[in-house]
Amino acid sequence: MARGTLLVMTPSRVRWHLGRVLSRQFETESAIRLELDVPTWPGNVAGAHLDIRLTAPDGYQASRSYSLASSGESTRVVLVIQELPGGEVSPFLVRQLAEGEEVEVQGPLGRFFVWIPAEPEQSPVQLIAGGSGVVPLFSMASAREREPKGADFRLLYSVRSPRDEFFADELAELSRTIVEIVHTRESAPGAGRPPRRLTREALAASTFPASLSPRIFVCGPTPFVEAVAGWLVELGHDPAQIRTERFGGSP
Amino acid sequence: MTHVDGNALAGAFATTLGIEITVTVGRCRGCGSSFNLACAHVFITAMGAVMRCGHCQAVLGVIVRGFRETLVNLSGLDYISVPHL
Amino acid sequence: MGVINGGFGGRHGSSDPRLPPGQTHVYDWPVLSTGPTPNVDEGRWSFTITTEDEVAHRWNWSEFQEVGVEDIVTDIHCVTHWSKLDMAWRGVPIDRLFEDVETSYDYVMVRSYGGYTTNLPLEDLLDGQAWLATEAEGEPLTPEHGGPARLLVPHLYFWKSAKWIRGMEMMPLDDPGFWEQNGYHLRGDPWREERYW
Repeated sequence: MARGTLLVMTPSRVRWHLGRVLSRQFETESAIRLELDVPTWPGNVAGAHLDIRLTAPDGYQASRSYSLASSGESTRVVLVIQELPGGEVSPFLVRQLAEGEEVEVQGPLGRFFVWIPAEPEQSPVQLIAGGSGVVPLFSMASAREREPKGADFRLLYSVRSPRDEFFADELAELSRTIVEIVHTRESAPGAGRPPRRLTREALAASTFPASLSPRIFVCGPTPFVEAVAGWLVELGHDPAQIRTERFGGSP
Repeated sequence: MTHVDGNALAGAFATTLGIEITVTVGRCRGCGSSFNLACAHVFITAMGAVMRCGHCQAVLGVIVRGFRETLVNLSGLDYISVPHL
Repeated sequence: MGVINGGFGGRHGSSDPRLPPGQTHVYDWPVLSTGPTPNVDEGRWSFTITTEDEVAHRWNWSEFQEVGVEDIVTDIHCVTHWSKLDMAWRGVPIDRLFEDVETSYDYVMVRSYGGYTTNLPLEDLLDGQAWLATEAEGEPLTPEHGGPARLLVPHLYFWKSAKWIRGMEMMPLDDPGFWEQNGYHLRGDPWREERYW
C-alpha cells in the first residue's frame, strides 16, 4: 500500500471470518500470544479490535472483544489475551485453544480508538497503557515504526512487574516511539527504584505536556483509564484530544 | 462490576445495524449532551448490554440478543448521527 | 458457520433433574449489573410499599429488621442459563410486609436504588414465595450482589429478584419493567422457559 493511502473500512467489510490458530505462545504466565490465519481478513488499522465467538459442543455460544496487536494488510492477525480468573472465555483461549484449531472472528471493528498515519502529522502522539491495555497501543507504535517519517510517539506503560509485560522485546527495539515502563507492584532486579503506582505527577513527568497539544490514547481497565483521563484534563490537556478504550467487564 | 465503553459494542452494531458505532454521535435524551458513542458507558451482561450516558448515567440504549433476533432499543438517545463512510 | 470449539463449555457443570429446562448447575455466583453499583448505607435506606390510594407503608433499616427474618434454602435460576442449587439466604418474608397493606391492584412494579425496575403479579410475591433478603450464603449481601437488601423470588428467573430494592408500587396492569421492556418475558417462569417475549 502506498504511503499516505488510508486503509478505508466500510461497514460491509465487517463480517464474520473463519480463522485458524497458527501459533500460540505464552506472553506471560497468564497471557497468550495467538497468531491467527484469517484468509478473508481485509486488513485492519492500528487500534482496531475483533470479536471472537466460541461455540461449545452443546451449541452454547459466547463472544468477547480483543484488540489486535497487528495492523496492515496481512491476513495473519496477532492477539495477546490476558486470562481473567473465573472467566468464561479467556481461560479457554489462554489454556486450551490449540494450534490448528478454527475459531470464528468478527471484524475489523473500531474506528475511534485507531491511529492512521497521515501527512503532514503535526501533533505528537501520546500512548498510555494500563496492563493488557497495551495491546492496541503496541499496534499503534508498531504501525508508527513502519513509517520513515511521522509524529513523535511516546508510550507510557503501567504494569505490575517485568514478568507481566507484554511485547517486552519488541518495545525495547522500537526506534520511533519513546517507551517508558512503570512497574507498580514489583520492580526489575537492580532497578534502583521501588515499585510505584502511577500518580498525576509521574504522569506529567512522563508524557508530552499540554502545550504540545498531543493526541492521546489511553487504554486499560476502566478505573485506570478514568483516573488517567481525569489527570490529563487537570494537567491542561483538551478532552477532545484524549481517546480512551476501557477493558474489563465480563471475563 | 465495572463498565466498559462503546468500543465493546462495535461488533453488535455492525452485525445488527450495519453501522460503525465508534464514530456515531448521539445526543442523550436525559441531559442533552452530544458525544461519540465510543465514549458511552457500557455495561455488558449475559442478559444484554446497557449503554449509559457518561455525563448523567441515563440509559441511552439496550441491546438484547434473543434466539432469532436482536432487540435494539435506542430510546434514550434523541438521535444518532452516522457518518458516511 | 459450523465451528465447534471442543473443550469450550462456558461455565457449564453437570446436569441435574432439579434444573429447569435449558439450565446448567454452577457453583460460583456471576454478577450482572445494568449500571453503577448504588451505594446505600443503612442510615439512609428505606423500603416503601405504595398503594392506589397513595398510602405509603415505609420501613427504615431498624424497623425493617424488627419485622423479623427467616432462613431459607432455595434454588435460583438465571435466564442466562445458570442455576445455583441449595443456596442459603436470610430475609424478611414479603407476606409480613404486606400484612397491613390494602390494595385492589394485582400487579407490582419493583423499584431499586439506581433506577432498575421489574414487574410481577402480587400473587407471585405472597404465600411464602418471596423475601426481602439481607444475607446470602451466610454473609450480609455485598453491594455487588444487591446489598443492603434485594428481592428474592426464587420461583421466577433471577432478574425478577431485584437488587438494591427500595420500594414496590401497586399497579392495575402488568406494566413492563426494565428487562421486560427490552425483550424479556413479562413473567419469567423458568419451568416454562419463559425467557423472551
